[in-house]
This record gives sequence, C-alpha cells and structure tokens, in this order.
Amino acid sequence: MKLKFTVNRRATTLEVTGAERVIDLLRERLGLVGTKEGCGKGECGACTVLLDGSPVCSCLLLSSQVAGREITTIEGLSEGESLHPVQAAFAETGAVQCGFCTPGLVLSSAALLADIPAPSREQMKRALAGNLCRCTGYQKIFEAVELASRNMRREKRRRR
Amino acid sequence: MAVVGRRVRRVESLDRVKGVGSFTDDLTYAGMLHAAVVRSPVARARIKHIETGRALRRAGAEAVFTFQDIPGRNVVPIILEDQPFLAEEYVNYVGEPIAVVLASERETARAAAKEVSVRLEELPPILDLLKARRHPRVHLFGEDNVFKHLRIRRGDTAAAFSSCDVIVENEYRTPYQEHAYIEPEAMIAIPHPDGTIEIRGSMQCPFYVRKAVTSVLGLPESRVWVVQAATGGAFGGKEDVPSLLACQVALPAWKLKKPVKLVYDRTEDMVSTSKRHPSWVRYKSGATRDGVLKAVEVEYVIDGGAYSTLSPAVLYRGTVHAAGPYRCDNVKVDSYVVATNRVPTGAFRGFGSPQILFAAESQMDQLAERLGLHPAELRRRNLLRAGDTTITGQKLTVSVGLEETLDRVLEASGWPTGQKRDDGVGYGLSTVFYGVGLGAAGKHLARTGARVIVHADGSVTFSVGTTELGQGMTTVLSQIVSEELGTPLECVQMIAPDTSRVPDSGPTVASRSTTMSGNALKDACGKIRDVLLAEASRALRIPVSDLRIVEGAIVPAKEEGPSMPIDEAIKSCTTARLPLSAEGWHVSTSTSWDDRTGQGDAYVTYAWATNLAKVRVDRETGEVTVLKMWAAHDVGKAVNPTLAEGQIEGGILQGLGFALTENMFTDERGVIVNPDFSTYIIPTAADSPEIVSLLVEHPYPDGPHGAKGFGEQPLMGVAPAVANAVRDAVGVRITELPITPEKIWNALRSSRRVPVTQR
Repeated sequence: MKLKFTVNRRATTLEVTGAERVIDLLRERLGLVGTKEGCGKGECGACTVLLDGSPVCSCLLLSSQVAGREITTIEGLSEGESLHPVQAAFAETGAVQCGFCTPGLVLSSAALLADIPAPSREQMKRALAGNLCRCTGYQKIFEAVELASRNMRREKRRRR
Repeated sequence: MAVVGRRVRRVESLDRVKGVGSFTDDLTYAGMLHAAVVRSPVARARIKHIETGRALRRAGAEAVFTFQDIPGRNVVPIILEDQPFLAEEYVNYVGEPIAVVLASERETARAAAKEVSVRLEELPPILDLLKARRHPRVHLFGEDNVFKHLRIRRGDTAAAFSSCDVIVENEYRTPYQEHAYIEPEAMIAIPHPDGTIEIRGSMQCPFYVRKAVTSVLGLPESRVWVVQAATGGAFGGKEDVPSLLACQVALPAWKLKKPVKLVYDRTEDMVSTSKRHPSWVRYKSGATRDGVLKAVEVEYVIDGGAYSTLSPAVLYRGTVHAAGPYRCDNVKVDSYVVATNRVPTGAFRGFGSPQILFAAESQMDQLAERLGLHPAELRRRNLLRAGDTTITGQKLTVSVGLEETLDRVLEASGWPTGQKRDDGVGYGLSTVFYGVGLGAAGKHLARTGARVIVHADGSVTFSVGTTELGQGMTTVLSQIVSEELGTPLECVQMIAPDTSRVPDSGPTVASRSTTMSGNALKDACGKIRDVLLAEASRALRIPVSDLRIVEGAIVPAKEEGPSMPIDEAIKSCTTARLPLSAEGWHVSTSTSWDDRTGQGDAYVTYAWATNLAKVRVDRETGEVTVLKMWAAHDVGKAVNPTLAEGQIEGGILQGLGFALTENMFTDERGVIVNPDFSTYIIPTAADSPEIVSLLVEHPYPDGPHGAKGFGEQPLMGVAPAVANAVRDAVGVRITELPITPEKIWNALRSSRRVPVTQR
C-alpha cells in the first residue's frame, strides 16, 4: 500500500505493507536515526515521537496507523540550526548525560509545555514518567523543563 | 583557573539534544549483515549436537558459526581465562552463547537463530550461592567452586569482642541489580582489505575488546583496531560484556569479509549480560560504652555466576570497603566469590562495595541504637581523619574530607534532633568511602596514555584511551586541556577513543578517567607548553622561568613587561617548524596488598561521602516514599560542578532503585523471571525525590588540579541510608534488599506481636 503522511512538516509517501513498525520506517527508510530503540516494547520511551502533537512510542505504532497523520521526530523539533527552547534548555542545565534517552525526553517535555506552559514538578513527573533515564536522576531534566518554560513564556510575551 | 572548576556546558550535549546519529545502531556500512546469537535455554547441560540446516534454509539467512569455526582460541580473556566465546561441550547458564547466525536483515537473523536446534543433555544446576561454595558433587570451578577468597586479618577480634559492651550480629542479603543502560549492547565489525579489522561499538574498555578479538581471531594487536562509538550508558555493564559482543561480530565479519552489526534485544540483554553480584553477608560488630568501634567480623559471599569475568576484582573492592570509613583495630574479613549456574555477574557502579556497605552501615545504626547515641554522633566518634589508618593498615595523610561531608549534610538538612514524632517520617544516615582507581588488585593496568596536537590555526585535538559513557569525561578533560594550554575551550576537540591513537591505557572503570587521563593530558600539554614558552621567551626576551600562561596569553610572571597571545605563539612555532604535539603518560602511585593478611596501601586515595534520606512509610501498606535526599561528597576538586552534581543525582536514583524496587531473580530452573522494564522496576521521573548535592573539596595532590575520582560513590551509601530511615520511621529493620512494601508490612505485623523495646 501507499502510505501518505507528514514527517517533520514534509509530506511523505512510502510503499509499505502496513505492518512495519513506525520506528523502522523512520530510522531505516527515512534515515531519521534520532529516534532511539531502547526496548521495542513501549516500556522505556526512547523511541518517543509526536503524533499529531502527542507523545507516542514509535516502536508500538504500525505504519498503517499513521496514514494521513503528522509525525514530529527530534530532527523536526528544531528549525534549521536554531534549537527548540527545550533542546537549548536540556543542554544548558546539564540534563543530558549519555544522551540516548534525550530525544524522547525532549519531545515529551515539548509536548508537555505545549499543553501546560508552566507545569508544576508533579505535572512534570507525571508527563515524563514514561521516558526512562538511567543517568541523570531527572533533577536537571526538571530544571531544563522549568528553564524552557520560562524562556518560552518570555518569548510569547515579547511577541505580543 | 579560568576553565577548571567552571560549570561549562557538556561538549557533546548539542549533538545529543538534536539526536545526531552517533550511537552504534545509527551507523550503517555497505553490504552490512546482521547477527543474532543462539543461546542456551537451560542452566546446565552437555551439548550433544548443534543442527543448523533449518536456520540456513530460511530466506535471507547467510551463515551460522559455532566454536568449530574459531581460528584462534575459544576464550574471552578477562582476569582468568575460563569463559569460552562460544560454548563447546557444556553450557553453564541460561543465555550462554552457542552460535552466531548471520542474515541480511536483523529480524531474519533473529528468526533464524530460533531455528538453530541444539540437542542438550540437561544436568542439575547449582543456583544458590551458599550451596555452591564447597559443593560435595558439582565442581563448576576448581575443587570448591570458589573463584577467589580474600581475607583481612588485623588485630585480635576474639579478644576485642570480649571487651565490647554491645555486640550486633546479623545476616544481610542483596539481589541482582541490572544496569538498565537505556542503549542496549551493540557492536559492529568491519573487515578491511589490508587484513585489519575495525571494531566500533558501545563500550567502556576498547583495550579489553582488542584483547578479546585478537585472542579469538588469532591476530596480532596491530591488526585489530577498536573505536568507541557514542555509548548510551554503561555503569559497569559495558566493561567486560562488549568483549563478548565484539567476538560475536568479529568472527563472522572476518570469515565472510563483510561488515556485521549486532544489537541485543532488551530481554536478551537483561537475560545474558552481567549484573551486580547477589550477596550474602554475616556481619558482627562490637563497640564499647563510649561509642568506639572495637571489632568487626565479616563473612561476605557473592554469586559470580558461571564464569569468573571481573569477579576477583569486584571481591577485592568489597573486601577493602567491608568495615566502612571507620577506624577499627580488630578486623577479620573472609570474602568469597563463588561459581553458580547463573549468568556471570560483573562490574556495576560501586563494584562489590554497595552490598557490603548496606550491611556495614545498617550495623552502625544498630550499634548507635543499642548505645543510645545519635547515629551521627557514633559515626563522628569513629570516622577516618587525616593521620588515621584504614583496616588494611593504610595511613591516610591528605584529602580526607569525610567529617566535613557529615557536617555539611547535617547543616543543610536541619535533621531534627528533638523528640521523635509518630508520623511515619524517618531519617537515615550513611557515611561511606570509595577507593579511587583500580587499587592493588589492578595495579598492572594503572597507567594511561594521551596525545595532544595543537594545530597551526590554534585549534587543539586530543586523544585518550578512556571513554565517555555519559559521565562527562570528554568535557572534564577538554577543560583540563584548555586550562593547561591557555586555549579557549571551544577550540579543544576530543577524538573518539581509539586503540590506534594511544597506547593501552587500561579500562574506563573505577572512577579513574579524570585522574588518570587528566594527568596523562597534563603531561602531554606540559611538553607543548615548554615549546610555546621557549618560543615566547625568545620573542619577548624574558627567561622561560619568568613566563606564565594566563587566559589565552603568555605573560611575564611579574606585573609589567610585554606579553604574547597564545595564538601568536602557536603561529610563531608553526613558522619555525617546531613540533606542537606530544604524548603524555601517567602511572599511578604505588599500591600494595598482602594476600595472607589483607594489609597494604589498597588504593592511591579515597573519596568520602555522607548521605541522608528522609522517608515516609505508610504503616498500612508498607509503602516507602522518599521525601528528600542530601548527599555531600569529597571529590578533591570538582573540575565541573554541574557534571559532578549530575553524578550525585543519577547515582542516588540508581541507589534508590537498588534500595527499594529493583529485584531481579531466577526461578528454580535458573531462568530470570523479570527481564524487561515492565517487571524489573527502575525509578522513573515520578519516583525522583528532591536531591540536595553538596560538593566538598579536600584536594588530592596527585590528581589533576586536586581532583579525585568519585562517579561510583553516589550510589554506594543510598540503600543503608534508606534502610536506616525506614527503621527510624516505623521501627522495623529490613536486612534484605530491596525494601519492598511486603517486607515492611510483614515486619510491622510481627513486631506488633513482639513489642519493640528500642527507641
């Protein structure tokens, strides 16, 4: 079947069976290797992408499920060379250690801030509990979300 | 100091937030095949026959390799040489590799691996560590199934116990802890037409990998080239295991003359790769009425699994750390690592010490309780200070900041000392120490190399033999190079660790990278500085001895006089065709160990720490909520405080997993029951309490800028702090990890039947 969907704002068409995992389409067919596979069972969140803006595990998603929909991967979060505020904040606060879980955590954090511009720590914990990180202890990730939140709200006020 | 000590941004973090593909599975080579491993389904058996025909008939399957195809030796050399690369006559644990299957696609290789049928004659396995030791019939290793026995004999414990006013004796147990790095083990081999083979992958120890591949392929070291790819967490789990993966890709790549990639499936990774040794401890400690720790007797047994891997070294660290960071004149330790028919255990942050420190620090609180002393006070009366001697007879002279870590935690926490309220909230303390580097058990590996090149345009590249695992080594070493040469940090670039660029520099373990590679880089940079200063001296007409490098310029040591920007000095050297590249080398100060008495200078120096946990325990359900953690660490010098805090915060959360939820176990057939993230529970964002990290700096004179290694220490004292806090909160003492709600609930129920008299 012909799969038509949007990946990182670009209309994309691929010949598929419908049964491929979306993570494999992204990594192997489209070369978007920023999406990582940590478990293949939807348990670690490393393969998180945004599907119509909501975080999902791309290892649990089949190609037929994304027809006509919009996917954002970590490569699509930044615009050209300029980083998304969440990406900049992760680098700034020290929220990155090994970095393997980072794309998933950045995307989940971006989705959270799109939903709740100034989340509490409890809201962050709930929103990020599906993205496992074994290095950081999450403290500096929370700090990154708070920093991104401040910067995004300031930017929004400035634009008004 | 311009750069050392500053909170500069981790150098690779911009690539990581953009998802730049630098991990092993992100790499692809033309004609690359995928490997999958055929593994033993049982814990112990004799191999009768390996049938590969059906697997090879599957479309896309290319080849199957068994031990018969190995051109070199069928051994993965680590410390001893007891572990085969592919099983020959026997399998000794569930998940032991038997064959490697190759196919054009990963899924095909995995499916074909399931079609290799291995006829096995099952034998009864030994799964219990205490039964394994001196088992009457089954001999998995030597006569007694003991890979290594270590002892410490100091003073006279029997006499000392008879003069003690309180004696506490208990048994403790801890289970497996799985590393759960988020990137599974992964490796690629690329054979080259010139007869060399390149290995690229996720690893801690490129030189271990090289040794294993040369052994299995029967090649000289000059023809095996190992490069570390970006590595997605390790924690010890990528110390020895990548050697096995490298052989699993190198053999087929060498035979088929094609690149081969292997990535473990998460469950396969959890079933077949190393973990923290399960332990059993019998611990007896005694003190006098005035709170002086007089005597300690410890029997420590850990489960090494089917092959010895790193177990003798793990046991060494556990043994040296057996009595905690205290003065004690009468100590008897007997420690054993035994062989069982379970997965080989190995390195994991703390390396044999978290298990024994759980026991040691639980004992200290029980002594305090019996003596009617505050836990902090009992520790203060016994903790090691400069001038004291450790239980191995090592005299401590400098960089002993333990008491300051205790003071800082007490001060920051405001731990209430008044009447205890019955609100289910409790505080628990632990004081711990960490022997920096490999110590006497690994002293033959205690050297490192480095190479630094200053380019004509002023940019700098450097190479070291230790690796970046997420701990921040690249950034810290870049800061040191920038500091030494006076060049801006953004001009300094580390080249991926590569066995062809520096001599064997030993493993990236034992929190040794900052000190070892840092010192080797200082050595190399010193040689380049000499050239730069000589050139500046010539131009400025000031003697070299009167010049300094300060923030990007060569300036006179005295106030006035002409100066020269570093990039100008570099240009001048380039024009004069002077060499601005150098090799550096560092060898650790000496360590010693007497196998008979366990006496000696066990490690070059020690890091020190105090942890305090505040918990709330639900009396109805036994559930523990960690409300807050405080941790102070004497790190000598924090080259980058943000990264040091990152080590503390991450180590604490791993320690909380070890303390409360991580419970991997095998069934009666030796099969791991919970090899995935839905059943093996590591802490999530939702479980992360507020953490206060405090850095204490008592400089270590032999470390770069005073720094000591400490990356492992943050995990080590967390479990006993939590156990002590649970006792403080609801009056029950849990001696077996993890501290699950069931254990607390059961202990609360039985303590209601027998009233508690203490506290």
